[in-house]
Amino acid sequence: MKIKKNVAISESGFIFNPTTGDSFSTNPIGLEIIRMLKEEKSKDEIRKSILSKYITDDSTFEKDYYDFVMMLQTNQVADDSE
Amino acid sequence: MEKIRYERPVIKKLNTGVMNKYGTRTEYAPVTNIDGARVKDLIAEFGSPLFVMSEQTIRKTYKDAVRAFTTRYPKVQFAWSYKTHYNNAICSVFHQEGSWSEVVSGFEYNKALLNGVPGNKIIFNGPDKTDDDLILAINNESMIHIDHLDELYRIIELTDELKKRPKVAIRVNMDTGVYPMWDRFGFNYESGQAWDAINKIILTNKMDLIGLHSHIGTFMLTPSAYAVAATKLSDLAFHIKSKFGKNITYIDMGGGFASRNTLKGSYLMGADSVPTFDDYAEAICSALLNSEYSKEDLPLLILESGRSLVDEAGFLLGTVLANKRLSDGRKATIMDFGVNILFTSFWYEHKISPAQEFSHYTEDSVIYGPLCMNIDVIRENITLPPMKKGDNVVVHTVGAYNMTQWMQFIAMRPNIVMIDMDGKPHLIRKKETLEYMNSLEITPEYLKGFKL
Repeated sequence: MKIKKNVAISESGFIFNPTTGDSFSTNPIGLEIIRMLKEEKSKDEIRKSILSKYITDDSTFEKDYYDFVMMLQTNQVADDSE
Repeated sequence: MEKIRYERPVIKKLNTGVMNKYGTRTEYAPVTNIDGARVKDLIAEFGSPLFVMSEQTIRKTYKDAVRAFTTRYPKVQFAWSYKTHYNNAICSVFHQEGSWSEVVSGFEYNKALLNGVPGNKIIFNGPDKTDDDLILAINNESMIHIDHLDELYRIIELTDELKKRPKVAIRVNMDTGVYPMWDRFGFNYESGQAWDAINKIILTNKMDLIGLHSHIGTFMLTPSAYAVAATKLSDLAFHIKSKFGKNITYIDMGGGFASRNTLKGSYLMGADSVPTFDDYAEAICSALLNSEYSKEDLPLLILESGRSLVDEAGFLLGTVLANKRLSDGRKATIMDFGVNILFTSFWYEHKISPAQEFSHYTEDSVIYGPLCMNIDVIRENITLPPMKKGDNVVVHTVGAYNMTQWMQFIAMRPNIVMIDMDGKPHLIRKKETLEYMNSLEITPEYLKGFKL
């Protein structure tokens, strides 16, 4: 899973994909995950980071992460290349 | 480091300058309490889902309606529409405020009597009145609103048996310029059926025709239709006076006033588009005052409003069961309440508010109920903050019809509480139990016991 190189991400969570011309907004935790993906952190590293910072549990993170990543792919912000 | 509140990660495509089918964001503030009672506390004590009625809102709305009419017309009486919400506590609030009762079945009639309403303050509408119902109503001197000729002839027969003169009115249906025209109840005005029924009642001399009634429709968004109805009923009353020298004691305009809910397909929010009590009152009262009545003969104006008086006083508290992603990418949230207890979601876009703090990020969602049925959709499109399993929501404006038309399907009907004027909750209907449901069923002996 990689965030596409040409996708622009602002500090406030505004995302622009110049390939499709689409723009998006994301919430602060979504922005954190996108940044970590951009830094090519693994899912385990992202999990540890989120669980240490937020009041949540492993299974909640697992299903929300899966759903979020799927939406990044659907919206062509990320692709599933390794 | 202290951990911070978790919110599900969301990404939302921006459609700048383009309208989308989800509309604008619906709710900015969480609803954490109702009349001072905390939503979380109510759910903890009474369970979820939970219907909550606000006594404060009922009394305020009733007073608003009464003021709108009594400042325009000298003789006004409201009769609480039992079918809208016949919970005894709710009915008692309306009766304490001075409302008579309007019922449409023997069940409702007896409920009103048990609530302490005198028989002569009960209006008996509807097409289904059994002999026992009619005898009870005649003996109690209730106002019987005749729906069809078969009922009229049966009442004539009963007067001979009972040796009593029932107090009756006829229900009149008519063209008021709105579509659809309700013509299945009562006698038609334009075709002469109503005048024919009036002549039969008066000339048989077995009962006293004291009123004229109409109920032109439901969720009426055009107050002028009531002006047409009031004018036509007044014309009938004037003809009765001219031909028979009899005064009609009351004109009953029925109900049908809209609540502040938003109808599906409506361009504007209900709160911005539905007429006010003053709009309806101005149309009806002006029509009556401008008719042929002399000052002394002005009839009592009866109103049978239900929905507009109680809808906003009702809330449904619920809990998120799950979130899932549909095949087309839409977010779906499954609640613990469905169309079985929120019947009105078939025709309203109910406002739904989160019951806890949230950030300003939102998602376009579909709200489903928990039933294993494809039709169990509470909102097809709604914009809400990301909610997680266990979060609570408040559904607004659910006080009318849901707690009488609800279905015991798959699950039991939940508790109803009423928040009193001091913010204290009272359980006014217990949730159903398996024991209660099973107590109504009888399994024949030969079907008991089997091997699998």
